[in-house]
Amino acid sequence: MNLDFAQLVPSIPYILYGIWVTLQFVAVSLVLGFLWGTVLSLFKIGKVTILRWFADAYTSVFRGTPLILQMLIIYYAVPQLTGMDIGAFTAGVLTFALNSAAYISEIIRAGINAVDKGQKEAAIALGVPYRSMMLKIILPQAMKNILPALMNEFITLTKESAIVSVIGALDIMRRAQIVGASNYRFFEPLLLAGLIYYLLVMMLTLTGRVMERRLAKSD
Amino acid sequence: MIDVNGLRKSFGPSEVLKGITTKISKGEVIAVIGPSGSGKSTFLRCLNLLETHNAGSIKIDGKEIDQLESNLRKKIGMVFQHFNLFPHLTVLENITFAPQQVLKTNKKEAEKNALELLQAVGLSDKAHAYPSRLSGGQKQRVAIARALAMNPEIMLFDEPTSALDPEMVKEVLQVMKNLVKTGMTMVIVTHEMGFAKEVADRVLFMDDGRLVEDEQPAIFFENPKTERAQVFLEKVL
Ligand SMILES: Nc1ncnc2c1ncn2[C@@H]1O[C@H](COP(=O)(O)OP(=O)(O)OP(=O)(O)O)[C@@H](O)[C@H]1O
Ligand SMILES: [Mg+2]
Repeated sequence: MNLDFAQLVPSIPYILYGIWVTLQFVAVSLVLGFLWGTVLSLFKIGKVTILRWFADAYTSVFRGTPLILQMLIIYYAVPQLTGMDIGAFTAGVLTFALNSAAYISEIIRAGINAVDKGQKEAAIALGVPYRSMMLKIILPQAMKNILPALMNEFITLTKESAIVSVIGALDIMRRAQIVGASNYRFFEPLLLAGLIYYLLVMMLTLTGRVMERRLAKSD
Repeated sequence: MIDVNGLRKSFGPSEVLKGITTKISKGEVIAVIGPSGSGKSTFLRCLNLLETHNAGSIKIDGKEIDQLESNLRKKIGMVFQHFNLFPHLTVLENITFAPQQVLKTNKKEAEKNALELLQAVGLSDKAHAYPSRLSGGQKQRVAIARALAMNPEIMLFDEPTSALDPEMVKEVLQVMKNLVKTGMTMVIVTHEMGFAKEVADRVLFMDDGRLVEDEQPAIFFENPKTERAQVFLEKVL
């Protein structure tokens, strides 16, 4: 074994800056994915057959094909079709948002379905309109089921975000590769990248546990 | 006030209500009894449109119910076997939620009204407790207060005491008896035969989706006409 971390030292800030890029990437994707996923989940539990069909088909396609394929299609194919050039970061965010929306819509749908159906009946029997029933009775209870699963999605997204390096977005992964290539030493920067991902995931996991305990307490 | 005519309801291929016809007048207290699966809950749920019937008609004050869906809900209160209180809201919020959302009552007035109702069901001290802190009997009394907060003209009860421990049945029945005294129109699905005998003006006996007997309790319990009712009463009494 010959590991030489001394050579890596000057490049550490460069790699660390990737944390910011990755987090930004994941956060934007998650927020967009959450909004779109919420809409999809409402389609799924709604009464309009065509919307339900659309949301189900959408979810099926995004869950049934490789993420990296979806990303390459969006990055290379969209410009080809529309003539609009989108950057690597945008293409990545778009892919991850569209993809995670499929998963998040399932999370929300399941969370809503897990709420005792007596709750809905009680609200209907009291004459409460659909909108306030959803917002004030069903969703607050569904949140207990949704939040922990959403945190898992956040973690998955953080790890999988590394594939945006493939299209050249300057995240942690890509930076580690660049440093590796310029020093002709890959092991050390990749090890550092691995450590960073691991710490990020651990942080999110712990946050998730604290959140879950809070939620459990309010029962 | 409620006029049910040839009411039919199917779930998929199985017909659960096979033509129910009856009239319920204002101020009447009706006990609905019958074996499990005979369609008692379904009948009740059709009355407030929790289920939509397939044939026949339900008229309230002469109007077909489908046409007055939202107004109808305000007229009819319902109490469920499993209470269905909103677990994330306090007792007071449970009671004030619908009046504020539906009747647009202001918060202060809704709370004042709720506190009076809580006093009537003997739970003034629980106003700020969450449902999880209450016993079954207390939950059901809150559920009754919650339904009453909408000032309904009719109250439907679907086995309100079936999920309760025996020692809590009495307190809930007492609240219901008090309600009977106010002249409320009530339709009560129940297995409490003693209670039905005591408070009901009429007993509807259902079996296999049909209304088999419609009789005053004194007559029904002493001399049931049909064999099916005799068999049923032998089992439960
Ligand atoms: N949503 C539903 N979908 C399918 N079948 C149903 C549904 N609700 C009720 N049923 C069926 O309809 C029949 C009558 O049910 P219902 O709940 O009205 O009976 P019940 O007289 O209230 O019985 P119990 O005393 O057990 O409460 C049963 O066979 C039941 O399985
Ligand atoms: Mg029933």
